[in-house]
Amino acid sequence: MTETRGDSAAPPPELADILARHGGKPHRLLQVLLEIQASRQRISPQVAVEVAESLGVPVARVRGVIGFYAFLAEKPWGRYRVLFSDNITDRMLGNMELLTALCEKLWVEKGRMSEDGLVSVDTTSCTGLCDQGPAILVNGRAIANITPQRLERIAELILAQTPLEAWPEELFAIEDHIHRKDILLDHGLQPGDALRAALARGAESQAEQAANARSWREGHGGGPSGPAATLEEIKRANLRGRGGAGFTTGLKWEACRNAPGKIRYVVCNADEGEPGTFKDRVLLRAYADLVFEGMTVCAYAIGASHGFLYLRGEYRFLLEPLNEVLARRRAAKLLGPSILGQAGFDFDIEIHLGAGAYVCGEESALIESLEGKRGVPRNRPPYPVTHGYLQQPTTVNNVETFCAAALIAKHGGDWYRAIGTAKSAGTKLLSVAGDCARPGIYEYPFGTSVRQVLEDCGAVNTLAVQISGPSGVCIDGSEFDRRIAFEDLPTAGAFTVFDSRRDMFEVARNYTHFFAHESCGFCTPCRVGTAMLKATMDKIAEGHGTPYDLAEIEKLDKVLHLSAHCGLGHTACNPTLDTLKRFRPMYERRLKSLEFEPAFDLDGALARARQMTGRDDAGAHLSMESEP
Amino acid sequence: MSETAIFLLDGEEVPFEPGQTVIQAALSAGRYIPHLCYHPEFKPHGSCKVCTVKVNGRTAASCTLPAQAGLDVESDTEEINELRRTLVQMLFAEGNHFCPSCEKSGNCTLQALGYDLGVMTAGFRHFFPDRPVDASHPDILLDFNRCILCELCVRASCEVDDKCVFALSGRGLSKHLVVNAESGLLADTDIALTDKAMEVCPVGVILKKRVGFAQPIGRRRYDPDPISAQALRDAPRPPTGAGHCAACEVEE
Amino acid sequence: MNAPVETKKKLRVATTSLAGCFGCHMSFLDIDERLFPLLDLIEFDRSPLTDIKHCGPCDIGIVEGGICNAENVHVLREFRRNCKILIAIGACAVTGGLPAQRNHLDLGDCLSEVYLTEGGLEHGLIPNDPELPLPLDKVHPLHEVVKVDYFIPGCPPSADAIWKFLTDLIAGRTPKLGHGLIKYD
Repeated sequence: MTETRGDSAAPPPELADILARHGGKPHRLLQVLLEIQASRQRISPQVAVEVAESLGVPVARVRGVIGFYAFLAEKPWGRYRVLFSDNITDRMLGNMELLTALCEKLWVEKGRMSEDGLVSVDTTSCTGLCDQGPAILVNGRAIANITPQRLERIAELILAQTPLEAWPEELFAIEDHIHRKDILLDHGLQPGDALRAALARGAESQAEQAANARSWREGHGGGPSGPAATLEEIKRANLRGRGGAGFTTGLKWEACRNAPGKIRYVVCNADEGEPGTFKDRVLLRAYADLVFEGMTVCAYAIGASHGFLYLRGEYRFLLEPLNEVLARRRAAKLLGPSILGQAGFDFDIEIHLGAGAYVCGEESALIESLEGKRGVPRNRPPYPVTHGYLQQPTTVNNVETFCAAALIAKHGGDWYRAIGTAKSAGTKLLSVAGDCARPGIYEYPFGTSVRQVLEDCGAVNTLAVQISGPSGVCIDGSEFDRRIAFEDLPTAGAFTVFDSRRDMFEVARNYTHFFAHESCGFCTPCRVGTAMLKATMDKIAEGHGTPYDLAEIEKLDKVLHLSAHCGLGHTACNPTLDTLKRFRPMYERRLKSLEFEPAFDLDGALARARQMTGRDDAGAHLSMESEP
Repeated sequence: MSETAIFLLDGEEVPFEPGQTVIQAALSAGRYIPHLCYHPEFKPHGSCKVCTVKVNGRTAASCTLPAQAGLDVESDTEEINELRRTLVQMLFAEGNHFCPSCEKSGNCTLQALGYDLGVMTAGFRHFFPDRPVDASHPDILLDFNRCILCELCVRASCEVDDKCVFALSGRGLSKHLVVNAESGLLADTDIALTDKAMEVCPVGVILKKRVGFAQPIGRRRYDPDPISAQALRDAPRPPTGAGHCAACEVEE
Repeated sequence: MNAPVETKKKLRVATTSLAGCFGCHMSFLDIDERLFPLLDLIEFDRSPLTDIKHCGPCDIGIVEGGICNAENVHVLREFRRNCKILIAIGACAVTGGLPAQRNHLDLGDCLSEVYLTEGGLEHGLIPNDPELPLPLDKVHPLHEVVKVDYFIPGCPPSADAIWKFLTDLIAGRTPKLGHGLIKYD
């Protein structure tokens, strides 16, 4: 394959521009590579060397980073790269048939670039458009609601080599689909309201004043008096993280505020990669001010001067609108030096893009990625609150958590904790998708039953609901009175509905492929175990499964639970075990015999030899079953 | 009572110094905890998970677990050893480990660990991956078939040799070692036979050419004694080199 | 303790070598004079040592070598059907061994190179006699084709390892090879 144009001789000027703009800082590596990838559709070894020299890192490390992220590549993918979102909801909407049709239309094989270097077609992990799937990405730009007609149009645009910028704008339309609003989605705040409330919240006791002085000792002098009071409200609200793990936000902020360090960071985790989750997409699109306001409240409470929003690469289309909001907030003195005129309250936010790696949703992996490295979860302790970005105290919270924090800053902790249940304060956004009449965003007070959600979204004949995506739990009809709450069904927000037509084995198998694809490969159990789990599920799907294989799944689960490095590995077997427990017949009807069977097709293993020898006699074939 | 710097390992007392991890303290005391990616001269890594122990009912990698007074560490139990056996089996199934034709046999840590844990088979399906060797360097062979991705060479080359000849690329099962050259070939790097990175490969990936059988089979490291009887060999010791790779520590 | 040998039913044992080199069988014979007490406890069914062609019902089947062709599959299945306990002996049976080092190559390329394109060949032909078993595209260890109960690694396992393993098994103990007996090379 010849080099794509512009990559051969002297580097085109924009490479120098990109490198100059990032000022030779090694922790800008991922951002540099993303920009190069966008402008050239690849990062060739020569370019990798230039990047390495410019940033002062070994070229092996540059290539290591390229190899880690799904949206970066050394080899060309073609001038158009079409990626089909491959969440189970996309599958249920026929994405594979559409993919096959597109491949035929474009004369390409899945996963391979066309001979003329024009196009490649492949799958990618859930792109967060499950409420309007099937969805695709074309050179990183999201397109929802793929129908055969729309796909036909896309194929024509590609064949005509129409630049992506010139594609009709309506192709890229994304809907919010908000169906139920509560305190968060109906917040009624104007930009700055929460911050003003926080600044006005004075310190009432001597203890608070002393705590304030300590909080502002580093970097801000003794000016504002309200950070400890704001932190107190967050604690009083009993706010817990909305990313899934549910850690108490107030404790996290407090630990970060009290940690020794030169500089503190606020990081918003917008790497919403859990298949079936898309509520952060809507918050970032329609509620960006609230997100940034919450981050700024956090900065105020912990004494941070710098913030990052880590935006998953799949949401690249949100980058420009988000930057516009940031610019507007700067102009309104809601960001930048001396926010709202408060001397010493300096804080700004920068957006970093991810590049297709689910594991970066784990907070320490996200920080590694922010530092421009491979997104491998760190060893903990130490935790990010003391040793986060550049080893400095860092608070990482979910998009929705920051929104809730802004509400609490405005209305107070007591107001907030009165909503929801005793152990789960406030409301939760659910990303409802799958077999229901009205997929989209639903906000409920904690304590709402699954049955209620199913009724509201118009789900009928529901067989199962996957709560919180593949790393959450799968429940069946006998459990629909269970409640969305930390004490019952904790969730990061995914609520995927399966009706009685669905085969839960295939659901689990899809999730198993997802984990194997997204394992970072750092630790042995996850790297090898997720691949083995995938192979075992495929073996069962191909009709070679036996009880022996079910026992092997349980063995893998034990190893992953006991020894995996992070949550990805710990939960990788959950979809399989959950569905095995609740829908065992869907597995057992696939088990052909009680005796062991090979995972591979024995007769197929002779095909090459038959071809080479021209034989087709009885001896040139093998049956799968042992002859009596 | 003053803070006694002692924890329990399988019911026996192990003293430790502040800042030590559980495995460092155990090895210093001559107590063996099986491990692969831990090396006494490098920063803890925690990727192979073979050194997993149970502490107060929860599992953790002992190479990254800070030693603390009062910990109740279980290591040599059937449950934990079964876990270790499975991890070793996974590594054997992942790569192409053909011991009869490997010149590292007898000096190989993975193999010695398998012997000591009583691993009789990989058990799982073998992946039989296609991993071409790099024979470009006149004096050094890289046989990636045996790579277990422990990153010891990565750390040695960056932390000690100050060269960063090795790094990892890919992810998941396609994770693999790459070398620091535009061509991707070892011959085009500045690796030297005297580098620390040449010494640390626990398996048969980084090999000096033409000396593979200078030491006869039967008189190799793990022939006289099992690996578990050689714990003090792995006890912590200060780094031998003073190399520092600026790029390894972005924050500094 | 020592019941008279005649009153005890001997265990029936079958052995075979598939994609192996018979080295494991040689090592088995290397238990030397211990063969005599062993033969008080066991008798052989199908084995290269007896020239019995097909396996009857047995207590123990010992299989050397991996699975590289269709005939290997048939023989292994015959052993699995007839043997209560199936033992994979040697590196090839346990891991695929040296023959499995072709697994990253395309079988067609291998056959072409050996029978058609290698230097010095004229009018080459890939053998296609139906008498010959067809090779599989990859070589597999036994446990990837049938369920295997025990494994004795080694290339070959030493006579002492085989002796220890079999005496443990026959005595009803879980076979255990200690340091020096368990070897992969």
